[in-house]
Amino acid sequence: MTNPEDLPGQGHSAPVSKTASSLFDLRTVIALLFGVYGIVLLILGLVSNTAADMQKTGGWDINRDTGIAMLVIAVLFVLWVRLRPVKAPTPEEIEAAGDAGGPPSH
Amino acid sequence: MILAQAQTDLRLDANALDYVLVAFYFVLVLGIGYAARRSVSSSLDFLLSGRSMPAWVTGLAFISANLGALELIGMVANGAQYGIPTVHYYWIGAIPAMVFLALVMMPFYYGSKARSVPEFLFKRFNRTTQRVQAVIFALSSVLIAGVNLFALGLLLEALLGWSLIVAIPVAALIVLAYITLGGLSAAIYSEVLQFFVILALLIPLTIAGLNRVGGWSGLKELVTNSPGGAEQLSSWPGTSLTEIANPVLSVVGIVFGLGFVLSFGYWTTNFAEVQRALSAKSMSAAKRTPLIGAYPKALLPLVIIIPGIIAAVLVPQIQTLKAGGTTDVEYNNALSLLMKEVLPNGILGVAIAGLLAAFMAGMAANISSFNTVFTYDIWQDWVRPGKSDRYYLQVGRWITVIGCVLAVGTAFVASGSGNIMDYLQSLFSFFNAPLFAIFILGLFWKRMTGTSAWIGLLSGTAAAVLVNILVTTGVFPLSSQAGSFVGASAAFVVGVIVAIIISTVTTPKPASELGGLVWSLTSKEDRVHSSDGEDSGWYRSPAVLGGGVLVLTLVLYILFS
Repeated sequence: MTNPEDLPGQGHSAPVSKTASSLFDLRTVIALLFGVYGIVLLILGLVSNTAADMQKTGGWDINRDTGIAMLVIAVLFVLWVRLRPVKAPTPEEIEAAGDAGGPPSH
Repeated sequence: MILAQAQTDLRLDANALDYVLVAFYFVLVLGIGYAARRSVSSSLDFLLSGRSMPAWVTGLAFISANLGALELIGMVANGAQYGIPTVHYYWIGAIPAMVFLALVMMPFYYGSKARSVPEFLFKRFNRTTQRVQAVIFALSSVLIAGVNLFALGLLLEALLGWSLIVAIPVAALIVLAYITLGGLSAAIYSEVLQFFVILALLIPLTIAGLNRVGGWSGLKELVTNSPGGAEQLSSWPGTSLTEIANPVLSVVGIVFGLGFVLSFGYWTTNFAEVQRALSAKSMSAAKRTPLIGAYPKALLPLVIIIPGIIAAVLVPQIQTLKAGGTTDVEYNNALSLLMKEVLPNGILGVAIAGLLAAFMAGMAANISSFNTVFTYDIWQDWVRPGKSDRYYLQVGRWITVIGCVLAVGTAFVASGSGNIMDYLQSLFSFFNAPLFAIFILGLFWKRMTGTSAWIGLLSGTAAAVLVNILVTTGVFPLSSQAGSFVGASAAFVVGVIVAIIISTVTTPKPASELGGLVWSLTSKEDRVHSSDGEDSGWYRSPAVLGGGVLVLTLVLYILFS
């Protein structure tokens, strides 16, 4: 369980935080998942593609080709992260977000 | 069932490598929960992700929250049983409502700064309506979370050989862990990850299946010669789906029943969906959320319904079932039987991860919307108002724990009901159809009063419950599917009529308090979104995205007509 003392104290009108999106980049996690899955499936398809496996798919090395497709997706996500990195929000942007999308004041 | 017949083995032949791939997925999901935790510093962070999510994330989460395993298994089963007409659930039953939600309703939802659907009802109507809806919603969320959890337990039992007593609490613990840690951000991020893993299950499954039956033309030939016949290859008039023999009436039934009452009721008022859009970072992103979700939703039938059709011609037990023979499998087993039939080890591990992810996402969506409504609408606005934000953050965390414990309880309740899909459909007719009625009326009729809203809501629910009782006791000779449609229509009509009658004898809110909440009292400037900075570009225009998905759907209909 969460220890409440770990959390920064928040007054009655907590500011809208932009950190929730910028703390870590989901695109990297997706790239990691498909990268690992892709490598495992590709190796599996290349080294142990049995006749029984081929019979199941109608003669298609499903692990190899899915592995390749996953690696391509992983590379595309890495490229997306590289080309369009998440910008840390400037104080003005946080201010603007607080005005536009903040919680109703009670 | 004939006892002498050999029991069908539903267990998948997963090996150690498959389990490693499944385990890796869960390590990532728990890692997301842990990482998201560091960004949670207020109740708004925990319950609405601080309204900071980019549109592609909320859009995929929006569709993922709906792409639970019940949907996945149910729609593959429908594909196996009815064939192509199942596409109506997607193309008529979802896309128009999603476009309507984005373009017409989102300006009011997001613009009102309400944090939940009940809070929106407070702004438009009064406290009583908010509280009635909050209690109804909390109840239905816990019930539906229990259904999801029970279905997950069944899956673990069937595929991996775990007993229900172990599987249900273990699954609840994993969902609990990542939501309590990271709140809605963790739920949304996991949903996006789940979306990709499910595609990694469905796309190879479809291609391998098509490969086995000799491609699309081979499949068409097999279906034409199967018990379903060529009728199962064209979407209209869908008489087998509606159980209406007259083709014209069948089309009317699909367009108005599925396309209007059920689908608009579900997509526009279901907070588990709407919450994803409310967490978007701007009005433009909020509008784009359902639209970005609509594109995959339009294409999903290609990799959900087609595998179902393949299962019906490839898996011997399903063939027997369709020919009317005796077998111990149900259509609900179609997905796992097809996985067993065509997927070798390796990709099988990815597929199991995808299935488990789908079940958890369904439950996580219920729990994460339950804790928001409970914390804001029941606790903060009613039971214990005026405390610090930190206090409500703690309440949000604890109610998540309590929600998961309750879901374990309702999971065992659901295990006592016969058919869980029917159970779920009747829950939707009780809770969504009346809400949609007062929502639409309140949005377009400024004279509608607060008193009429909650009385209309309760009368609508009562009407749906009454229809359900009459159908289950056999007074109305209807199938349960047709029964829930009649129930939803009755709830809608009764809700509207009662609300109109009561509105004429009670006092409405003054027009000055209804700006931004009623169509005619909201200036056009308040409904438009910014179109500069991160919201610029024609491809980010909600109108273009909405038109595009309608055209895509039309093209798909022509291809599969």
